[in-house]
Amino acid sequence: MGRSAPAVTVIEPRRGGFDLGLGELWEYRELLYFLTLRNVQIRYKQTVLGASWALLQPLLTMLVFSLFFGRLAGVPSDDIPYPIFSYAALVPWTLFANSLTQSSNSLVTSANLVRKIYFPRMIIPASTVLASLVDFAIAFGLLLVMMLFYGFTPTVASLWLPLLLLLALVTALGVGLWLSALNVQFRDVRFAVPFISQLWLFATPIAYPSSLLGEPWRTVYAINPMVGVVEGFRWALLGTDTAPGPMIAVSSLAAVALLASGMLYFRRMERTFADVV
Amino acid sequence: MAETAIRVRELGKRYRIGAAPERYRTLRDAVSRGATMPFRRLRGVLRGESTILAASSFWAVDDVSFDVERGEVLGLVGRNGAGKTTLLKLLSRITEPTRGRAELHGRVGSLLEVGTGFHPELTGRENIFLNGAILGMRQREIEARFDEIVAFAEVERFIHTQVKHYSSGMYLRLAFAVAAHLDTEILLVDEVLAVGDQQFQRRCIGKMGDVARSGRTVLFVSHNLEAVQRLCSRCLWLDEGRIAADGEPAEVIHRYLQRWRQAVSFRYRADALPAEESAAAGPAPGDAVLVEAEVLDATGRAAGHLRYGEPFALRMRWRNRRALPGAYYFVSAQDEQGRELFGVNPGGLLPLEAGEQEVLCRFENNVLVPGDYRFTVGCFLPPKTFLHRVEDALGLAVLEVPFATGPVSIAQRSIFDPRPSWQVAPAAQSPGEPRAALSEEGR
Repeated sequence: MGRSAPAVTVIEPRRGGFDLGLGELWEYRELLYFLTLRNVQIRYKQTVLGASWALLQPLLTMLVFSLFFGRLAGVPSDDIPYPIFSYAALVPWTLFANSLTQSSNSLVTSANLVRKIYFPRMIIPASTVLASLVDFAIAFGLLLVMMLFYGFTPTVASLWLPLLLLLALVTALGVGLWLSALNVQFRDVRFAVPFISQLWLFATPIAYPSSLLGEPWRTVYAINPMVGVVEGFRWALLGTDTAPGPMIAVSSLAAVALLASGMLYFRRMERTFADVV
Repeated sequence: MAETAIRVRELGKRYRIGAAPERYRTLRDAVSRGATMPFRRLRGVLRGESTILAASSFWAVDDVSFDVERGEVLGLVGRNGAGKTTLLKLLSRITEPTRGRAELHGRVGSLLEVGTGFHPELTGRENIFLNGAILGMRQREIEARFDEIVAFAEVERFIHTQVKHYSSGMYLRLAFAVAAHLDTEILLVDEVLAVGDQQFQRRCIGKMGDVARSGRTVLFVSHNLEAVQRLCSRCLWLDEGRIAADGEPAEVIHRYLQRWRQAVSFRYRADALPAEESAAAGPAPGDAVLVEAEVLDATGRAAGHLRYGEPFALRMRWRNRRALPGAYYFVSAQDEQGRELFGVNPGGLLPLEAGEQEVLCRFENNVLVPGDYRFTVGCFLPPKTFLHRVEDALGLAVLEVPFATGPVSIAQRSIFDPRPSWQVAPAAQSPGEPRAALSEEGR
């Protein structure tokens, strides 16, 4: 019944160090579950369209992209129909963009929790990232329908999807940790986030294929971890012949670096959250 | 041999008080600083430095050491800002100490408020699980105690209703019920007792009594000295971040109150007055200054104590640098428990002219029951400017000696005595009904 945590809690000033507090995070996994559940439950409260927002966002963006980039500008799409080409990228992108927006604000909106009770603070941004998975599932459902419509059959490559999804989550959490910790002290972040996510959208091959770049630049381009995610999704589901292996490897390294640095920064700032937020 | 549950050694927490950034001396300075500032700040951010420029800092908790044995119920008393809540926040790990060390042996639960994390859009049931998880309860524990919690809160019928539709009483009952079923070896509690209506408050205190007797270690912060004396086996008095006394609750509380009485006087004189000329263009703090103030008894003499029921007045001298339309003087009173009793002001009745003004605030009908009081005096300009505010400017003791012969009944638990006039007459025989109804409601 009691926690399996050590019976002694020691409280003293923390100095530097590289303790990521993973053990404690595991201790509090049930809280992560309940906060994620809460975020899912309240997400579309008091909205008219409710969960259909999860569909509308990528769907409308896809229509606009298909019209302007696909039709008018004639952007190439690796020989697959432009609508599904862009939608397959927009599904993981929307997961990332929503996680980013929600998590960067999460500590500030949960200020009353932070001020009144202790738990590993990382749970707050992490729960918003996980909650975005519900939206992702809905949007992904439509992607499957579109694949059926355009006559794509899933191949063995689609077994990689869970790992690609994980890559997207790691990236989102990494950036989310940085931004949420910064946002506690500097509310500038709130103004920067919409801008960041817009720039990042165009820095990711969503409206266009990464094959526009020649090697080795295409692989270098994958330092943006969302490049690996997006090209990976297209490859796994639509069978684009873009050989994204090296790109995904580079993206994974970049995402892990992002997450690790985000966690370290977050841990460093964590101790003052309650005093500042 | 008694086991130590909490061991605190030289614990300290320093807060910085933010101040305005350095002034630019020249335009060139200003431009170059303006240009490099974001980068210099950014560098600080990346290093994890706090960039709030610190002009001064103070120790909210300063060099505090004490031990609590297993099963002890320790009360923490002290004035507002004495560091009680900060100490509790340190021990519950919400904030980190600047120095020192504390060890807590056993599972810790902390209750700094009830209903932390409650979400209005969720149902009662969903909130119980969420709040329980936030307080550190396991899902299985919550499931096991779920019916008990719901029964204690008396919300069985509404458990699947969103809490935004709850009355405030139901909301608080549910919030307290979850907290009350937190079953940890060490419990840190900050004045969460007094919630809900009278009847529920009694049950809350009763529940706290059970907790206190259950052999758990409790650290209990409260302004309610009566509750501390009743529930605690030991009491710690914090003053300006340091331990001023530690021991038997009755004894510590007695000393705390004594100090409190000495600290205030029935006379106030300003130590220093601000410059005659104001630098600011509009009304600013310092435009009205309380020069002196005193308490006058029924004979018009300055006095530090009054008899029970004796009319009194507060006389104040104010110096105003300019006429202040819209501003008003105010007086508020606290009792010795720190409870806010009343705040009064004449609103727009009293124009604030430039120069010195003598203000008399008369309490013809003295409703204060025997005890010690303090008055905060100030001048307020709506919507949010305190032109001057002197906390605890005046102190006053009301003695248990009645001022005039007449109906006097000192009810110990009363907060004030409105001293109504009483009448008794034989009841009229015939219509009678409304009168009877009235007397039933009379107090």
